[in-house]
Parts: sequence; structure tokens; C-alpha cells
Amino acid sequence: MKTNDFSSSTSPSDRRIGALFRHLTAGTDADRVSSVFASPTSGGAGGSVFAHLVQAPEDAILGVTIAYNKDPSPIKLNLGVGAYRTEEGKPLVLNVVRKAEQQLINDRSRIKEYLPIVGLVEFNKLSAKLILGADSPAIRENRVTTVECLSGTGSLRVGGEFLARHYHQKTIYIPQPTWGNHPKIFTLAGLSVKTYRYYDPSTRGLNFQGLLEDLGAAPQGSIVLLHACAHNPTGVDPTLEQWEQIRKLMRSKGLMPFFDSAYQGFASGSLDTDAKPIRMFVADGGELLVAQSYAKNMGLYGERVGALSIVCKAADVAGRVESQLKLVIRPMYSNPPIHGASIVAVILRDRNLFNEWTLELKAMADRIISMRKQLFEALRARGTPGDWTHIIKQIGMFTFTGLNPAQVSYMTKEYHIYMTSDGRISMAGLSSKTVPHLADAIHAVVTKAL
Amino acid sequence: MAMMARTIRNSASRRTMMMSRPIFGLRSMSSWWKNVEPAPKDPILGVTEAFLADPSPDKVNVGVVSLSLSLDLTDGAYRDDNGKPVVLDCVREAERRIAGTSFMEYLPMGGSVKMVEETLKLAYGDNSEFIKDKRIAAVQSLSGTGACRLFADFQTRFNPGSQIYIPVPTWSNHHNIWRDAQVPQKTYHYYHPETKGLDFKGLMDDVKNAPEGSFFLLHACAHNPTGVDPTEEQWREISQLFKAKNHFAFFDMAYQGFASGDPARDAKSIRIFLEDGHHIGISQSYAKNMGLYGQRVGCLSVLCENEKQAVTVKSQLQQLARPMYSNPPLHGAQIVSTILGDPELKSLWLKEVKIMADRIIGMRTTLRESLEKLGSPLSWEHVTKQIGMFCYSGLTPEQVDRLTSEYHIYMTRNGRISMAGVTTGNVGYLANAIHEVTKSS
Repeated sequence: MKTNDFSSSTSPSDRRIGALFRHLTAGTDADRVSSVFASPTSGGAGGSVFAHLVQAPEDAILGVTIAYNKDPSPIKLNLGVGAYRTEEGKPLVLNVVRKAEQQLINDRSRIKEYLPIVGLVEFNKLSAKLILGADSPAIRENRVTTVECLSGTGSLRVGGEFLARHYHQKTIYIPQPTWGNHPKIFTLAGLSVKTYRYYDPSTRGLNFQGLLEDLGAAPQGSIVLLHACAHNPTGVDPTLEQWEQIRKLMRSKGLMPFFDSAYQGFASGSLDTDAKPIRMFVADGGELLVAQSYAKNMGLYGERVGALSIVCKAADVAGRVESQLKLVIRPMYSNPPIHGASIVAVILRDRNLFNEWTLELKAMADRIISMRKQLFEALRARGTPGDWTHIIKQIGMFTFTGLNPAQVSYMTKEYHIYMTSDGRISMAGLSSKTVPHLADAIHAVVTKAL
Repeated sequence: MAMMARTIRNSASRRTMMMSRPIFGLRSMSSWWKNVEPAPKDPILGVTEAFLADPSPDKVNVGVVSLSLSLDLTDGAYRDDNGKPVVLDCVREAERRIAGTSFMEYLPMGGSVKMVEETLKLAYGDNSEFIKDKRIAAVQSLSGTGACRLFADFQTRFNPGSQIYIPVPTWSNHHNIWRDAQVPQKTYHYYHPETKGLDFKGLMDDVKNAPEGSFFLLHACAHNPTGVDPTEEQWREISQLFKAKNHFAFFDMAYQGFASGDPARDAKSIRIFLEDGHHIGISQSYAKNMGLYGQRVGCLSVLCENEKQAVTVKSQLQQLARPMYSNPPLHGAQIVSTILGDPELKSLWLKEVKIMADRIIGMRTTLRESLEKLGSPLSWEHVTKQIGMFCYSGLTPEQVDRLTSEYHIYMTRNGRISMAGVTTGNVGYLANAIHEVTKSS
């Protein structure tokens, strides 16, 4: 605790300043905050009540694209943000999405009024079926409540707020590392955030022992965030056997699973395979939360389409849970956006469109898997020192290369290759044409002993 | 009024016996959520549920109007004279242009820059010096609700200990928003039940008695739920008093263009405050005036001292948006940009907004005249003095209940009528029913 944080002061304004100072320095470099000074709400003659604000740091991930855009080099490569790119390096809108758009446009009777607070009901039902399986006992028994939310982020936030209000344990355990936005989401939702070991840098795989120890040591009933598949940022997933052990352990301690499913179908190419861990937990009759996103697997990024499902032990409980979810949502944005959810509903409800979607999804997943193979082969062909099998063992959009910030920096400067400083590369940003360039760059930094 | 039969989800029908089955690896049979209480029914939604259950062919719902797709409404939604919901022509054309062309990639955290630019022009003026000087921190928001919530979160983070003064009455969700943002609330006098108009003296007293530098929520035009707005002269006085007290004015503008038919006129309160040098905040919504209800498109703006501060404030607003939804939805923003960025489409929009506003103004006149013709002992002057979507009729809860049980007319028990649900086809019936329940007053 900093000695100058005013928290023990008797003066209310000093305590407020202390709270502000603690907030501004939490999780950021303290030296970014140049000064904090008293500025009560009265701004003085014409002054702003917000004059005391300091500028927030750039988002680490989005900052990569900003830097990339500024780079004039013709050979630059953006391996930062996780948005899918084709072989030609272009964004992709799925054919089924275009068809769904047309269908919606051509239906002149469609009225785009407010959705209910819970969102588009048909979309909710179809989303639950998609993630839990059409034959899921939880669905059959009406024990699932599903609400449309703003993509994965929104689903996690609404779920987190619900837990902070109604669940008896206010701590959530998130894997180390995890998507940078996770801790912020849950903190703002009102939960306290702890971590559990996940990634093993020495193997570039799963630290399973550490994971079991940390979850085993968590207080009874704690919430645990689980990446359903294609862990972001590492691409390291537990095997099904490991998932079964995780499930047993969690259920024995009453730990509440909160799944983040951002890549269903995108990881292995199969929707059912990628949902298996979640379904294992549902099969034991227990409760869980799952946040679904359609950003990547349907390419609907900017439309912000997602769903939060809460699987309960009983149907009447599910009904009450839903009513409380509405109280979280209404003061946040009243009701969710209609467009993206409508597109998803058109696709999921139509057998032909659904099948077509699974093929397009598999094609995206296959291209990524192919990039992994090509990069691995390219490094092998160059005799690049080190074990690079993790590139083909990891799954999903991202590869945790194992490169350190100095190496990353060198690759950006000398090779105009952009990635986050933790060495995470987006495989979706690679193509057969650019793999050699990346392999050259990796080879160079590894042999350079930076 | 075209009505789609809806199956209302009935909690009783969803009850199932708790399945007893062998549970592997679980400690106990009970749910973690068994202590979760059922949430109270929404005071507006409940009206619709009762309406839909009513079998009478004469039933008129002036409580909640958007019934075709949704059971939930925090606001009324516009209906044409046939009682049908409306998609504006300018919106149809914009969507036609957008379909098949968008890559649907993520917007920045602050949303569509183009949409925000056009939106600021509507509120601050096409040639606003504040826009030119880049002094406005602005982000795309999830309609008006999202803008208010972002501001409330911003207030709690950067002005901890501050309160928000909210008018009595106000849109019920305002209370929920600032409560969830953990900003303590106070109220100020607004509606005068005796005159069915503004309690100007009460309002000014409360503004004067509030501690210096307080945060106030103001409805820029077409106050929801009363329809009672200050006159231009009154706004000037309010602004002067705000100046003397160094108060912060946060405007919720959900009905620009929809109130008088003229967007510039509807923004007058804001322009007065800007002229007087206030640094204000504004929540703007395209739900009603562009009919984009379900798209959830709006804008939060905060006027700052200079460009540097605006950049700073915007960066902090984005920090609040990121852990809530990362970045705002694309489609609604594209519609707005397409329309406002094209002179022809913009002109068409302005025409269509005026048509909507004029229809409502026309219905107010007709309702009042009908009641006067019926020989009502009461004054119905307020019906035409009030402005915007809603009319605070002055009917008592008991009178409202009689309207429902005897005439199948539904409105919220505070007597609020959504004028958007009134048509030439039903205004006579409505007037007659109101007269019947009030003539012995």
C-alpha cells in the first residue's frame, strides 16, 4: 500500500483522491500517472470537472494494428489482431452470411423494433442448442436460460455481474495467461480476480500439474474461467482426459465453471468436437455458465453477436435466473442489437444454410491448420534451433511462439512483422506467400541470441 | 392494430419436477441459485402482458406500443395512422446500399468515427466551434441507455462521491442506470400535478439548494414520461442558475426531431447551455427519430476545455466500453452514416421525422378537441401543451383501471399515454372512454 494514497485520511475529499489515485495506478505503470491533484466537481469559472484526468494507455492488442498501419514497408505483416484473413490477406464474409443478409433485406415485413431484454428468442434457443448439443438433457429439461449479449465480451460481463450479485463466492480464477480483457471485465463486474497456472513456457504446453494444484487450493465454490477450446493467447488446450480430471476436481470442490467459447468450430473444424469439454460438464448434471461468441466462427465481428447461457439444476431456477439477468442488462443497454442475431438465426434455423456454414467453417479452420504445418516445415527446413512442435500442437487462431519481447521487437524493426509483445502470432494473418518471410525472421532472432 | 399472437412465457408452465438422477461427482443436489429471488415485473411490460391476454376486439393499447415483436419496452415505439410500426424509407434505402458490401470487421472501441461526427453536428450544430476545435470527447454508444450508463460509470470513476440529480418523474430506467453505476441519486422537482405542467419554481429552488458543482440530468426535449418541457425563456433562466452554481448539466436527448418536427429547435436547450459556456454531457439516441430501436445506436459526448482534454476523456470512456462490450455494433452505425452522409437521404430523413412528429401533434389536437366536444368538465389543455411521444393525462390509477376493465384500454397506471398508439381510427373511442371515466370528476 502506497503511503500517499490518502486512504486513512479523515478528509472525504482526500479519501476520494486516494481512491482515484489507486484506480489510476492499478495495473498500469505508476510512472504514467504524472500527478494527481484535488479537483472537486466544481470546475471553477468555466473549468472542466474532468480536468484531472490522465490519458488511458492504448489497448495493447489494438495498438499493434495501429503501429502496423503506420509502417510504410511493402513487406510488412500483421500478426496482431485475431480476425480471420484469407490466403490473399483479405477479410472474409462467409457466403451463408451474405445469403442471410439478402434474405433479411428482401423481407419487407421485417420490423426492427426493440428486442426483448433477453434478445432474439429464436436466436437464444438456437445458440443453446449449438453449444450444448440439440439433444442436451439440460435443454430438454428446460434448465437452461440463454440471453443474447454483445458478443463474448458482453456475455462475460453480464455473467460476471450476475455472479457478483447472486453467487456466494465473489472470486473468479482465470488462467495464466489469458485474453487481456478478461481481468478488466470481471473486475468491473464486481468480482475479485485470481489466477491459476496454465501455460508452461518450458514445454510451451499445458502446466497440468500446476493447474490441478491451483484449482485444488481454491476456496470451495470459487468461480473458474475456462477457455472451451483454442485457448487465447496460447493455443494450448487440455486433452479430453485432462478435461475429465478437471471436471472431477471442480465438481468435488463445488467450483463454478464459467466457459468462454469464442472459437467453436474454428479450432478443430468441428462444432461438436470444440464443444465437448462444455458438454462433459453438462452431462454430469451440474451447473455452469457459458459465454458464446459468433465473432470469429461466423465472421460477424463488428455486429457484436453472442449469448450467455446459464445451466441450472432446475427449470424454475432457470426462470428466476433469467429474470435477474434482465435486471443486469436493462440498466446497461436495455436490450441487445437485432441485426447480427437475426443473421445467425437465419443460418442456424435453415438446414441447408447450417450445413453450408459448417463447410465454410471447416475451410477456415483447415487453412489455419495448414499455415501451422507450413510454418513448422519452413523452420525445420531452415534448421532453426529449438523445438517448434508447439506450432502444430497448439490449436486455433493463435500461436504462442515462445519469443521474448526483445525478439519480438527485433522482428518488428528489422522484418516489419507485427505481433503482441508476448510473442503471440495470429495464424489467420499468415498466407503461403508470407510464411517464408516469417520463418526467416524467426530464424534470424533465434540464432541472434537476443 | 395488427397484432401477432404471442405465447407469453408463463413461469408456471416452465416448472418441472426436479429430476432425480444419479449425479456423478457432485456434492449436493441443491442449486447455487436457489436463493435467487424472482425479479419484480417491469411496470411497463406488465401492461403489455395484460393487453395481449385481453380477448376484446376493441382493445387499445396506449401503454406500450411496440407489440409486434417484443414484449419488453422501456419506451413507446412509433406507429403510423394504421397503427403499424414504421421502417423509414431513408432507412430502407440505406440498408439496401449496405447489404452485401460490409466486411463486418470490428469498429474501434469508440465506434464509427463517421457516425459520431454526423451525430455531433445534430446536437452541437453543423458549424459548431466545439466540433471545429475538437473539444468534444465522443463515443458511439448502445443507444441512449448505453450512453447514460457510460456516463454514469465515468462519473463514478472520475468524480467519486458525486451524486446525480434526477427529475421527478423520469424514465424509470434512469434510476436503474445510475444505481448500477453506484452513483447516489437525488431528485429535483419537475412535474406539477395541479397544472399538469412544469413546476418551475420547485425546479429552480432545488437547483439553487443543491451543493455547488452538482451533476444534473436534464431531458433536452420531449420529457419522458410527462411531455412537459421548459419554455425557451425558462431554459435560459435554468442555464443562468446552473452557471451561478457551477453545476454540471447532462442532457438526455432521445427525441431530437421527434418533438417539434425540427431537430434544431429540439436541441434549443442544449444550444442555450453551450452559448452560456457550460461544459455539458449529452446522450443521443437514434431509436425513435430514425426508427432504429433494435439496432441500439447512439452517442455519448462530453464537451471539454480543449482538444487535449477531449482526447484524454475519450480514451477513458473507451476504457469503460472495452470491458462492457469491447466495441459497439456496426450495422446501426452504418445506417446512420449512410443517411446523414448523403444530402438526399438526409433530406428524406428530415421529411420523415417531421411526418412522424406532425402525426402525433395532430393526434394531440384531435384528442383534446374530442374531449372538449364531449363536454368534459375537465381541462385537457395539457394534451396539446405537452410534447413528444407521451401525454401525462392526469388520470388517476383508479380511472386507468376502469379504462382497462371496462374499455380494454391499456396504459401505465401513472396515466401516461403513448400518443404514438393513437390513430384517427381509435381516437374517438379513446376520447369517449376517457370522458366516461372522468365526467363525474
